[in-house]
Amino acid sequence: MSDTPTIASLVGRADSIYRDYSLTTVREWKARTGGLAMGFMPIYIPCEILDAQGVLPVGLMGARDDLEIIKGDAYYQSYICHIPRSTIELGLSGRLDCLDGVLFPAICDVIRNLSGMWQMLFPTKLVRYLDVPQNFEPAIGGRFYRHELEELAEALTSRGARPYDAEALRGSIARYNALRREVRALYALRQRLPWKVPTSELYVLLRAAVVLPVDDATRMLSEYHGLALADESRLPLDQARVMLTGSFCEQPPLGLIRTLERSGCYIVDDDFVQVHRWIQSDIPLDGDPMEQLVLAFLGDAMASPTRYIDKAEKGADLVLRIQRSGAEGVLFASPSFCDPALLDQPMAVRAVERHGIPWTAFKYSENTGQFQVIREQAGTFADSIKLWSVA
Amino acid sequence: MTPTTQTAKKDDSQVRQKEMIARHYDKLAAAPQTGDKNVYTFVPGNLTELLLSFDLLPVLPEINSLQSAMRGKTAEYISLAEKAGHSEDVCTYVKSDIGMMRSGNIGPTGQKLPNPDLLLLSYTGCFTFLKWFELLREEYHAPVAMLHVPYQPDGRITPAMRDYVVKQLKDDIIPALERISGRAFDEAKLSEHLRLSAQAEDDLVWVLQSAKHRPSPIDAYFGAVYYVGPIFSAFRGTEDAVAYYRALRSEIEERIREGKGPVTPDGDIEKERFRVVVEGPPNWTSFRQFWKMFADEGAVAVASTYTKVGGVYDAGFRHDPSRPLESLAEYCLGCYTNLGLPTRIEMLANYVRDYEADGFLINSVKSCNSFSAGQLHILREVEKRSGKPGGFIESDLVDPRYFSAANIKNRLESYFQMLEQKRMGGAA
Ligand code: SF4
Ligand code: SF4
Repeated sequence: MSDTPTIASLVGRADSIYRDYSLTTVREWKARTGGLAMGFMPIYIPCEILDAQGVLPVGLMGARDDLEIIKGDAYYQSYICHIPRSTIELGLSGRLDCLDGVLFPAICDVIRNLSGMWQMLFPTKLVRYLDVPQNFEPAIGGRFYRHELEELAEALTSRGARPYDAEALRGSIARYNALRREVRALYALRQRLPWKVPTSELYVLLRAAVVLPVDDATRMLSEYHGLALADESRLPLDQARVMLTGSFCEQPPLGLIRTLERSGCYIVDDDFVQVHRWIQSDIPLDGDPMEQLVLAFLGDAMASPTRYIDKAEKGADLVLRIQRSGAEGVLFASPSFCDPALLDQPMAVRAVERHGIPWTAFKYSENTGQFQVIREQAGTFADSIKLWSVA
Repeated sequence: MTPTTQTAKKDDSQVRQKEMIARHYDKLAAAPQTGDKNVYTFVPGNLTELLLSFDLLPVLPEINSLQSAMRGKTAEYISLAEKAGHSEDVCTYVKSDIGMMRSGNIGPTGQKLPNPDLLLLSYTGCFTFLKWFELLREEYHAPVAMLHVPYQPDGRITPAMRDYVVKQLKDDIIPALERISGRAFDEAKLSEHLRLSAQAEDDLVWVLQSAKHRPSPIDAYFGAVYYVGPIFSAFRGTEDAVAYYRALRSEIEERIREGKGPVTPDGDIEKERFRVVVEGPPNWTSFRQFWKMFADEGAVAVASTYTKVGGVYDAGFRHDPSRPLESLAEYCLGCYTNLGLPTRIEMLANYVRDYEADGFLINSVKSCNSFSAGQLHILREVEKRSGKPGGFIESDLVDPRYFSAANIKNRLESYFQMLEQKRMGGAA
């Protein structure tokens, strides 16, 4: 790789990190720093706590269609989504050995039960189920969440991480604020000029960003942003602008994202890799940093099928995102057997229908290999949107 | 989560249960006229005593779904829900409930159920509950009171978990119930209901543990779903429930004296050939047929985890009138599906040992990730720890499309043959 990055070199590097089941960059980081590395499952964990204690957070997002599942299928029935079996496969085949533990955030019963399996399968590792509140009052859910975070910090220390330090956490919040800003900026650029930021590129960059140390990730995204914006060879095509929703946990194969783009869709907002978008604005750097993390989770997190929506109307946030992104239609793209996504979908559909927004829906699995049907469906959908917009 | 009518000859306890249920549904049906208020809520982590202390009537949609299945209605209900856009992949309890609502909301007794005055989302042991009541909120435009119960990943209740639940009870749930009922919270009344709960719980535990006898006087899976009915639903904390469990206990005492095995759909089991522990909920669409597959082989369930979804009383928990809210919190936290997998495995292995079972069976239901995700791991681990063979069958709760009778029967027959061979091998 030359010293001056190009779009191709950045995306190429991100792609190789995304494809590397053995987490080579994590192994190298550990060898270099002597720090601990903690895996985490989707959707969100407070990476700042880990970073502040010198621990590298490493996003685990299942596998692609090229991972041969040898052991994982023996752990799951056919009617359970794919991500737990590929995660088990990666674990049992030793590919995740460099991780000192894994965090399992509370998003659904599958991840929840997987945390128990992990405890038993990897007894020497740190395995924590990170419960997150569904009550958003600071004095109730906030207090509980703070306690969870304090316990997490202590658990990391017991494994050899630096003890919790408020100033270090403030510094980490600042670093993650910077990363979140870059992610938001790229999403904004893609909304404005989607031909400059193909989702297939943005996606692998985000996947690399959950594995790289925070400052590296921020730099990579920032460099890509500058280069993509400046690239005059990328010209607009007559594509439909769509929002893709439902893919917050098990991820579609990259081939599927490419298929959607090739079938005539500009994806102008999506639910992929949400960890660095979960908190939607900068977390304040004043006051008690742990408390600021808690308050951000309670008051500034994305709406998600995995969170209880207590005040607003269901789907209101989705509609707002559609409107803000200028999407002309919605692709409901959910993993097969994903309870949170699929149970949520009828409510989300009603919300978009109330606003007269066209939609279509399909399911996928992270190892889906055939995209022909989806290509035709998305192509027809994109064509119909374009026809309507002309009419 | 439990059916309400026994299938063989009626004992005193069964008659009582039937009457209790009939009275309850009569009250619900009359609610629009009487002005009685009702609260829809879930079996695991239900707050029945608290509702009763406000004179509110509980409605359990899970029970309506399983009752609909036993009445052969769920194929139609599920199809209605799927036509309305609900995925074929998700929990069929939810779809059955939504289909039932769209078909006029006729409950198990053939009477119309009132719309909910409140949806009490006690979110214990299952994420689907959250989505279920979000869906019902849209259908009924009813208010929701949310009680988030943290999970027990390490099999222990921490003070932070308990405090979180108690605080929600105080700050959110009780005020919501006060609003709906128009009454002030009466802690003494709640405590009195909890006192009654503990009495009934003592007798229920006695009944469940009677399966340690040989032969077991009860079937602790199929039969026991009737036994847990009152305590898992609208009756915990009532004099009726106390009387029901007292009557049930004396009937079981009688069976033990007479050396009888359990009642089955076709009468008393003649010879207990196999003692098994069962994990997972039953199938409700072919409940009798499923049970018969066991009974025909002389297989008796001596313990089950399904009968712990509404409370793990045999591990010692009792509602405690002296600490009403803390006790309710601990109850919610302790329900079976809220326990981490290692705890579930330990519990199953202990059952196999304590009830001297020949093996254990898992009925894995397609609907329920809360139960099913991880059951293949449970199978291997319990085999390893107990040294007894495990069997694995797959079906669903209320979707008849996923009950393949021939397939399940084959599997069960092979499993029981294997147990027999092991026994003969062991004896040789
Ligand atoms: S894909 Fe859906 S059901 Fe599967 S683990 Fe993720 S959130 Fe849970
Ligand atoms: S997923 Fe399981 S526990 Fe949850 S509502 Fe459905 S059957 Fe009940």
